[in-house]
Amino acid sequence: MAAPDSLRRTSLFDIHVSLGGRMVPFAGWEMPVQYEGILAEARAVRSGAGLFDVSHMGRLEITGPGAAGFLERVLSVDVPGLRQWRARYNLICDEGGGIIDDCIVYRLGDERFLVIPNAANTDAVLEWFSKWDSGLDFELQNVTEATAMIAHQGPQASDMVAGLTPYDVTSLKMFAAAETEVAGVKALLARTGYTGEDGVELIVSADAAPTVWRALSEKGAVPCGLGSRDVLRLEAGLLLHGNDMDTSVNPYEAGLEKFVAPDRDRYAAGESLRRIRDQGVGRKLVGFILHGKGVPRHGYDIMDGPNRIGEVTSGSHSPTLDMSIGMGYVPTGYAAVGSRFQIDMRGRAVDAEVTTLPFYSRRKNA
Amino acid sequence: MNPPDLMYSEEHEWVRSRPGGVAEIGITEFAAESLGDVVFVELPSVGEELTQFGKMGEIESVKTVSDLFTPLSGKVLEVNANATDSPEVVNEGPYEKGWLLRISMTDESELDKLMSADQYEAFLAFQE
Repeated sequence: MAAPDSLRRTSLFDIHVSLGGRMVPFAGWEMPVQYEGILAEARAVRSGAGLFDVSHMGRLEITGPGAAGFLERVLSVDVPGLRQWRARYNLICDEGGGIIDDCIVYRLGDERFLVIPNAANTDAVLEWFSKWDSGLDFELQNVTEATAMIAHQGPQASDMVAGLTPYDVTSLKMFAAAETEVAGVKALLARTGYTGEDGVELIVSADAAPTVWRALSEKGAVPCGLGSRDVLRLEAGLLLHGNDMDTSVNPYEAGLEKFVAPDRDRYAAGESLRRIRDQGVGRKLVGFILHGKGVPRHGYDIMDGPNRIGEVTSGSHSPTLDMSIGMGYVPTGYAAVGSRFQIDMRGRAVDAEVTTLPFYSRRKNA
Repeated sequence: MNPPDLMYSEEHEWVRSRPGGVAEIGITEFAAESLGDVVFVELPSVGEELTQFGKMGEIESVKTVSDLFTPLSGKVLEVNANATDSPEVVNEGPYEKGWLLRISMTDESELDKLMSADQYEAFLAFQE
């Protein structure tokens, strides 16, 4: 199947094809959904190490004396308080508190930041940013095309990368980053990820990405596609923007309030978020396990007997836990752990039970 | 890749004719590969009567769920417990250990409505 010409390709495209990756359109990019198989790839990440091309995600560099002040307006966390070489997960919310995107922000210098929005939302984020840039001296550069991003995840990932860099990887804390060399290539090396495993993410120049990918492959990392990435992030209780959240939900409904600091004067969404916090919310995102056969999927109705009470936002078979798991929004009265409801699985009502998130954590399930 | 001795449906099921009017049914390699890792297979029970091209069950992979349609009418004689208990066998051997049902055919002339391996491969090429 030929892809439309308009789809963008990462600098690792040829490698994906040569490895037998099944290429699919995703957020305007042609990306591998799987190589060997989703379940085998998910297992590789839980037991060894996997390699994901995440170059489709946006990379926005914000530099200048006004950079911190600007990001303080648009990000949900205390940006001036972010130390150099540290990263934070946060949300980008609109005037009403709706979630435009979630992203990671890295502080690479006093006046230098890197923001990683989702591929599908990079344009929306740029548009939102452009509304809040007045009167500040900073420069925003979209370096998505010039760079590549590789996620190297799994219990063996840090050992593998340690053999390819002069940097002391063991000293790199969770959500910390360093500028170093990996496989002889200049890289931003960060201990971040989206799988629930230990691991690193590397940002390198687009040209150099194949060198880094091959070096990590030779160390034994298994190429993994977007399919296993989705299973792994769901097991780890991590939300996917576009599935589990969008501008119609706020961080308090999504259970992401710990990533929101609304009491900041210059924060664009602060007033709305303070009001939502003080008034409380009527629905919550919950994680549930299925007591029956089948896989809950995005868009399936959540029922209490004959009444529709919500909708599944993500669901999958969990290879790690060997059960079916999902997330969805339900009225707060159904949000407590142990609450029961049913999922309408194509006309078949299957019992489900609210459980704690994450479904899988490497400490809990080790 | 598709065994020449089988017959195929447009819904990507195959039929293996066995002695005594018995037919073995499964999904094709193309279907198994398109689905990816199969995690659930829902099949009719022994004794159930099936009507050609009617829905006979469901098959779910990590990524998607599909209805299964019987390529022939008949009464279910045997269900492959291996496929329902360890659905990965459908990916591992869609034409062998991953078979789904054995039925007693109601009307062998229904086989005429199915495709040979050559026809099925032409059909697949047309699909792409």
